[in-house]
Amino acid sequence: MESPERVKSILQDLFAAQSLAVLATHDDDGQPYASLMAFAATDDLKLLLIATARSTRKYANLVTDPRVALLIDSRSNRDSDIHRAVAVTVLGKAEELKEDERDRLVGLYLSKHPHLEEFVRSPSCALIQVKVARYYLVSKFQEVMELHVRQ
Amino acid sequence: MNLIIPLQEIQSDDRPRVGGKCFALARMARSGIAVPDTVCVTAEAYDAYVALTGLRERILLELSRKDFADMRWEEIWDASLRIRNMFLNKPIPPELDAALRDPLESYFSDAGVVVRSSAPAEDSSSASFAGLHESFVNVQGIDAILEHVRLVWASLWSDAALLYRQELGLDVDKSTMAVVVQEIVIGERSGVAFSQSPTDASQAVIESVHGLNQGLVDGTVEPDQWVLDRATRMFISHKPAHRDQFIVPGPGGVRLAPLPRGMSNLAPLSDKEAVAVFDLALRSEKLFGMPQDMEWTFRGEELIALQSRPITTLSDDEVNDERRWYLSLRRSFENLKVLRRKIERELIPGMIEEASRLAEQDVAQLSDPELAHEIERRLGIHENWVSVYWSEFIPFAHGIRLFGQVYNDTVRPEDPYEFMDLLGATPMASMERNQALEDMAAIIRDNPILAEELRTQAYADVDLDFLTRVDDFVQTFGDLSCSITGGVACDQVPGALVKILLEMAAHPPAETHLALTDIQALEKRFLSRFEEGERTQAAELLDLARTSYQLRDDDNIYLGRIQAQALAAVDAGKERIEARGVTNVDGLEAAEVAKALEDPNYVPQPRKQEEKSQADFTMKARQLIGQPAGPGICTGKARVIVSTADLTDFKYGEVLVCDAVDPNMTFVVPLTAGIVERRGGMLIHGAIIAREYGLPCVTGVPDAVSLIRTGDPLTVDGYLGIVTIG
Repeated sequence: MESPERVKSILQDLFAAQSLAVLATHDDDGQPYASLMAFAATDDLKLLLIATARSTRKYANLVTDPRVALLIDSRSNRDSDIHRAVAVTVLGKAEELKEDERDRLVGLYLSKHPHLEEFVRSPSCALIQVKVARYYLVSKFQEVMELHVRQ
Repeated sequence: MNLIIPLQEIQSDDRPRVGGKCFALARMARSGIAVPDTVCVTAEAYDAYVALTGLRERILLELSRKDFADMRWEEIWDASLRIRNMFLNKPIPPELDAALRDPLESYFSDAGVVVRSSAPAEDSSSASFAGLHESFVNVQGIDAILEHVRLVWASLWSDAALLYRQELGLDVDKSTMAVVVQEIVIGERSGVAFSQSPTDASQAVIESVHGLNQGLVDGTVEPDQWVLDRATRMFISHKPAHRDQFIVPGPGGVRLAPLPRGMSNLAPLSDKEAVAVFDLALRSEKLFGMPQDMEWTFRGEELIALQSRPITTLSDDEVNDERRWYLSLRRSFENLKVLRRKIERELIPGMIEEASRLAEQDVAQLSDPELAHEIERRLGIHENWVSVYWSEFIPFAHGIRLFGQVYNDTVRPEDPYEFMDLLGATPMASMERNQALEDMAAIIRDNPILAEELRTQAYADVDLDFLTRVDDFVQTFGDLSCSITGGVACDQVPGALVKILLEMAAHPPAETHLALTDIQALEKRFLSRFEEGERTQAAELLDLARTSYQLRDDDNIYLGRIQAQALAAVDAGKERIEARGVTNVDGLEAAEVAKALEDPNYVPQPRKQEEKSQADFTMKARQLIGQPAGPGICTGKARVIVSTADLTDFKYGEVLVCDAVDPNMTFVVPLTAGIVERRGGMLIHGAIIAREYGLPCVTGVPDAVSLIRTGDPLTVDGYLGIVTIG
């Protein structure tokens, strides 16, 4: 039986196993732009965290329009991925974390990516939270379940 | 690559390559036991075939659509059928064909051969199951041999093998299949031997028939049976059979023939020969170090071992395993013919009689305790017929499958379900009802005044002829507001029926998809694939399958009439306890109603309601996967059917979403744009009716009824088996 709990537990497993997500932003002409990002998710699945230097194109795009999409999946570059891999598309709003909140959440991000400590602690690096509005979970090649999140 | 190995060259480490059956034959031959001339088409040939043709990935795709745990047996059969069709439609690629053709031809120039499975996972002591994969007897000519090798490969994914996937360790990435090709030994007497009886360890059992032993193995020909004491080699019993038929080689296979006069008085084996068979089984048991289940044949005086595998004694769990029941549904043509006679001559008339006998009895005359007793009696009668349904009608449905397989083997259609179209032109009780509905709708369509009278419920003004028609319909089929066909006058005014008629009249009539001429063309094509001598049997099989198809629907209708009578008694009981002041009687179980009737002080317990959880996360299905069961694509609003009452609100152009379409619901099909069903399988009513009307249909969508809501915009993709919501 499909249930929100089951979908959530699939997402939690996926987020624990995967370290990278594809982030989609766009510039002020509407040109889409995709980037590979190290990410972390809060236990309640309401927030995803990413980090980027403020000089990047994706950062500029985020400032232009905070609406983003992310893709996280379990593919292993084999034929069988088509049916065995799980992919989740995330829609949400990006927002750079300020002092207090940054201090609260940076630990979560670094516990998943300890090797990025230097990068994240750099003054030019922005820690960004994505407030999730929707998850689209794709499994078995083309089964799609939506999970709507109330923030 | 080592694609073909003759039996005598098989080495002790070749088991994974040649499979269990072939490896056992090689060991027997080496120890001096006579076996047929045999070569092995190794597992490497299978691997090369599925790699070169891309089938490995396609099988993976087919089997990953849905978790096995969510699949019904029928869906497993369907998956297996689709995979088999992939093999049928993919010839062996030229480079592989060239490597197999010459060596096989040099071994078996023009003699008939037997082509058998020899799966590496089969016949090991932990997984000894007979009949999971296919065998073919008397295959003639190299083209036919290669064809049948392909069919044996396909049977690695037979429905039986998929059911036992865990025991077999079936795995698309790793599983493989070797094939035994051997000379056909035309024995005059054949049989099986258990070196140790499965029921008594001190005994051995031998069974034997005249002719070839296919008839014995599939249960068509009754064998003589001998029981011997293992220690003394003395006979404990000999049970002669009623000997009237035997299996002989026929064109491209085997056939059942009447036993010539004179032979029916003769036991197939003399006592001395029976002992020789026992000695052979014992010799094989010593060779393999455990009790053996053997097949053997006598060619003249020479006793030849055909195969030997370990006997597995079944634990209680395995005996009670429901999969065994499912496999017992695989019936032979002969067996199905007998079953058909029983169903047509005894069971259907019996059900009709039962329903009318119950209808004659007036429950209003009964006292409360009498009514309580009557409710229980009727539920018991219904339960009885339900068990007949499972034991007789469901196995008979196998006629459709048997025909489907023969059709696909001979016609090789792109669409593995084309054979269903050929079966579709049979009159079904539900189609007759739908025709009667359409006739009434046509009258309304041509008569706006009548339509207005019905809409405003001015029944007093309605033409008497029309009302008589409606009455006749209700008498015959029920008034559609009842939960099941046969329930009469659930409602004083047939409002539900009128609602549906008006909706039908407001739109053009639905047309059935299949023209009679198409069906005749399909039939002609099918029959033309058979040689003159076999055509009669092919036509008989088609006829049997049509009956089987028709019954898939009709049996439910007849069963529904009996159930309606049981429910009529329950409803009468509910009315009485409601009059007593009990509220919410609708949701009460029958047993609670009976209890309350017997004991005026008893307070009946309503069914518990399920709770729904509320949280910050709400789930919504966007796209669901099922099985493609009716080609086509449509969009429309969902009409989710939870109770029969939902049907009467059905609007033209909506998509029927339900747990399981039963034939009693199909009257809304002329209004629907497409069908989505939780239950899966190609032989279910939803799929049958959808094909009949040419509607897009997706079946086997888990949780369809809870994930889709009435009014949701749906796209039903019946080509790919996808339902998109919103």
